[in-house]
Amino acid sequence: MVGVSAGGMLALERLLACLPVGFASAVIIVQHLHPTEDGYLALHLDQHCALPVGVAEDKAPVCPATVTLAPAGYHLLVERCRTFALSIDARVCFARPAIDVLFESAARVWGARLWGVLLTGANHDGTRGLAEIRALGGRTIAQDPADAEHPLMPQTAIDAGVVQQVLTLDGIGALLAALPAAASAMEQERII
Amino acid sequence: MDPQQLESIEVDLLLEAIYRRYGHDFRNYARASIERRVRQFHAQSGCATLSDMLPRLLHDEAFFADFVTRFSIPVTELFRDPQVYLALRNEVMPVLRTFPFLRIWHAGCASGEEVYSLAILLDEAGLLARSTLFATDFNDTALERARAGIYSAADMGEASRAYQRAGGARSLADYYHADAQHIVMKRRLRERVTFANHNLVTDGVFTEAHLVLCRNVLIYFNQALQDRVLGLFRDTLVRGGYLCLGTRENLRFSAVDSSFEVVDAACRLYKRLA
Ligand SMILES: C[S@@+](CC[C@H](N)C(=O)[O-])C[C@H]1O[C@@H](n2cnc3c(N)ncnc32)[C@H](O)[C@@H]1O
Repeated sequence: MVGVSAGGMLALERLLACLPVGFASAVIIVQHLHPTEDGYLALHLDQHCALPVGVAEDKAPVCPATVTLAPAGYHLLVERCRTFALSIDARVCFARPAIDVLFESAARVWGARLWGVLLTGANHDGTRGLAEIRALGGRTIAQDPADAEHPLMPQTAIDAGVVQQVLTLDGIGALLAALPAAASAMEQERII
Repeated sequence: MDPQQLESIEVDLLLEAIYRRYGHDFRNYARASIERRVRQFHAQSGCATLSDMLPRLLHDEAFFADFVTRFSIPVTELFRDPQVYLALRNEVMPVLRTFPFLRIWHAGCASGEEVYSLAILLDEAGLLARSTLFATDFNDTALERARAGIYSAADMGEASRAYQRAGGARSLADYYHADAQHIVMKRRLRERVTFANHNLVTDGVFTEAHLVLCRNVLIYFNQALQDRVLGLFRDTLVRGGYLCLGTRENLRFSAVDSSFEVVDAACRLYKRLA
């Protein structure tokens, strides 16, 4: 589960390039985008990633070993039955999709098996979401603000005391790459 | 019992109470969004637990009215997703032209911007005079705004760019009267549209139609409710009639899939099979 905003294109490119063939978890990403760009972003990131990168469809199942982006203009949520759900409810922190909305719903679905990662960005989105992930036993990681193109978003979360681990983008990439490859069903369901 | 299971029971009880007390049936709405809205409402309600809202919802109609506005989010725009209107213009209008008269049902029309966008397309295809548009929603406040056809002038820059990307060759300003703050859609568009309250969960087939548009409403329903509503659309459409969904909604996971063929996959345009 990755939340990213301003400066996100390059950050995602680098992060997704770290994911190895055989990476077994599902990766779900909210990037605050301009409402007409999402097809392009997915196509572009697909070229930089060993896993298939796509845009979420309403009611589609969450699949392991794939990367899914929130569509521009919609909040992305996850249902308990592990399908995607969309909404065009009001913006949160001026954003739709909002990181908080995804993180809060995913925390309820995956609890301790969820990792929440917050990258570069110039607003306050993501802090509440990470707090919820922590409260429900998940793991929270933020990009080192000194390493981020826009430090405000990770810094806000760190200041709120909801981040367990602060790493550079390369550090986060290495951590993800080192996750054990597809072994048990349990492992497959782990969500980043 | 873990707190989430408990919360789930509380939400069930609230939805059941609302249904039996007021007839509004949210029991088959997509759960993740419903729970988010219930939690948000609860956070500013002053009640200690979710189930503490139960007596107030049952006995205090104003409290319920406040609650229910959270479940209808009438967010919409003129020419939202211009490429969809372009596809309607190029792929659907030529076929609609072969019918002597046209009925169009816009379900979940919110404050009406989409309906007027479509009326503009029909006008430019020379079909408006033989068209009747029905636009429905279950939110009376939104319907009232739709009927008035008054929108903020500040949004017209964006709308006009969308109109052009939708293949519009005139000026969007030809279709409304403006003052400094507001615009009002011209009467000849408004008079083709009949606005009515219709609840997709509890009401039945509304009319026979050649084109049904229901965009960004199904995302709020669970699969069972989506199947019911899509069945309603199938029964509404004449053979060869068109269905247009939101750009992230689709028939792939639904039971009516086999009654439709895909006309334009990216724009979620489908055709009712014979
Ligand atoms: C997000 S708006 C979509 C507006 C427009 N179709 C668009 O895509 O721009 C969703 C609309 O669905 C309506 N709606 C939700 N549940 C409904 C129901 N059971 N029956 C009729 N309308 C409903 C809401 O009132 C709201 O206006």
